[in-house]
Amino acid sequence: MELKLPIYLDNNATTPMDPRVLEAMLPYFVEKFGNAASRNHSFGWEAEEAVDYAREQVAKLIGADAKEIIFTSGATEANNLALKGVFEMYATKGNHIITCTTEHKAVLDACKHIEKQGGQVTYLDVQADGLIDLAALEAAITDKTILIAIMYGNNEIGVIQPVREISKIARKHGVLFFTDGTQAVGKVPVDVNADGIDLMSFSGHKTYGPKGVGALYVRRKNPRVKVTSQMDGGGHERGMRSGTLNVPGIVGLGKACEIAMHEMEAEGKRLSAMRDRLENALLQLEEAYVNGNREHRLPHTTNISFKYVEGEGLMMGFNKNIALSSGSACTSASLEPSYVLKALGLGDDLAHSSLRFGLGRFTTDEQIDFTIDAIKNTVLKLREMSPLWEMYKEGIDLNSIEWAHH
Amino acid sequence: MAYSEKVIDHYSNPKNVGTLDKAKVNVGTGLVGAPECGDVMRLQIEVDEQSGLISDAKFKTFGCGSAIASSSLATEWLKGKSIDEALSIDNMDIVEELNLPPVKIHCSVLAEDAIKAAINDYRVKNGLPELVAEKKAH
Repeated sequence: MELKLPIYLDNNATTPMDPRVLEAMLPYFVEKFGNAASRNHSFGWEAEEAVDYAREQVAKLIGADAKEIIFTSGATEANNLALKGVFEMYATKGNHIITCTTEHKAVLDACKHIEKQGGQVTYLDVQADGLIDLAALEAAITDKTILIAIMYGNNEIGVIQPVREISKIARKHGVLFFTDGTQAVGKVPVDVNADGIDLMSFSGHKTYGPKGVGALYVRRKNPRVKVTSQMDGGGHERGMRSGTLNVPGIVGLGKACEIAMHEMEAEGKRLSAMRDRLENALLQLEEAYVNGNREHRLPHTTNISFKYVEGEGLMMGFNKNIALSSGSACTSASLEPSYVLKALGLGDDLAHSSLRFGLGRFTTDEQIDFTIDAIKNTVLKLREMSPLWEMYKEGIDLNSIEWAHH
Repeated sequence: MAYSEKVIDHYSNPKNVGTLDKAKVNVGTGLVGAPECGDVMRLQIEVDEQSGLISDAKFKTFGCGSAIASSSLATEWLKGKSIDEALSIDNMDIVEELNLPPVKIHCSVLAEDAIKAAINDYRVKNGLPELVAEKKAH
């Protein structure tokens, strides 16, 4: 196959839409434009039917009942609805939430908001491989605990948390379990019943669907879970999320879930083989390290630190041809390196030196070959330019130097 | 954010990458920044004892493209200058030449610090008093 440039390896940020998804959506913009809440005419019925069908498609992928799917504008909204909605709904039961430090900002910042409203939040540390410590989780539960919020797969390092063990602990103590499934749904088998999940957020655009649409799974049986709506209005989505339904987006999410349902297994195998090949080739470089657990992780993700070169400088060497992300400070407005990598106990220097590779449905072997060469060459070139590499090679302990922090 | 042509040029074809013999009395070495902050620059000058002019300058930098470009440019500017002239290089000159955006100004400050540190090292080696540099915010 011919090599297609530029290469997109940032599929954890967003995925391109599958053309089959677009095709499914197209009739719902101009032709079938009805409001799914219009109960009195065919335009509304047509839209409602499309939404119902999509709800089935989405539910099926995660082993849920269609009635348990609440459509939202994306995973951020779903995360907010789950956390704030449970906090408000279960206020008489308690006010304590347990989460962990490597969660997505949409979870961490919603938790910060809850703290301002009088909630108590425990932020569990993760272990060096990115997994939470189950004993620490159980020990953190109090009689005021109402919710455990631990993500399924991490967006930066791809680590998959022991969801079934977490839900067992939650059940044992009568605490609800919410998981941010944004990176996992459609990538690895997720079953809300087998996994013991009470609430789960996910979005369309991480799994080859459109942006601006997502869903919150809310369990209806054993136990019946309720969340307080965070948006007032027409009482759509069983009163949990008002707002006219984004019919084309929902149709797209449904189609994306249906495709994932059929292709996830083969795709996961293909991507993990490709990811492993990329990873093993890059690990042949000296002083290159994989961040996070390599066994329990998403099939399409790897995060590697190349010591003694800086991530943004590294990306500049190939970003004309390859798109990916770095945990380096310089890529963010905050100038702080990735909090996820720091939570693993990585020094700031290693966090600055990291690259995240997110493979996807349209990644080819040729693209991986090109990427391996480009990254190897750039790392070698920048190390020739790096004073830290020179010191390392001379056997100087970098920790023995008094650096001028600024 | 897109890089300026000049930053890309210095990054792709950095000038004066390398190492001078820091044991020599006419070589001054400045090492500034910190690995945890994501940028470290080492800038070296060699002073011709006859003319008092900087005859050679080398750098090695760990950092983003703007940090690499700032140090590469600094070495270009240093060559042929006297120590006093070199001291007058201001970080804002680097910002202007490379079109650095506000978020990258610290790279130019670091380059100016590296120049001053190299000059100070040279001065101390040659029995001259250390200059106290004005502190710029990073």
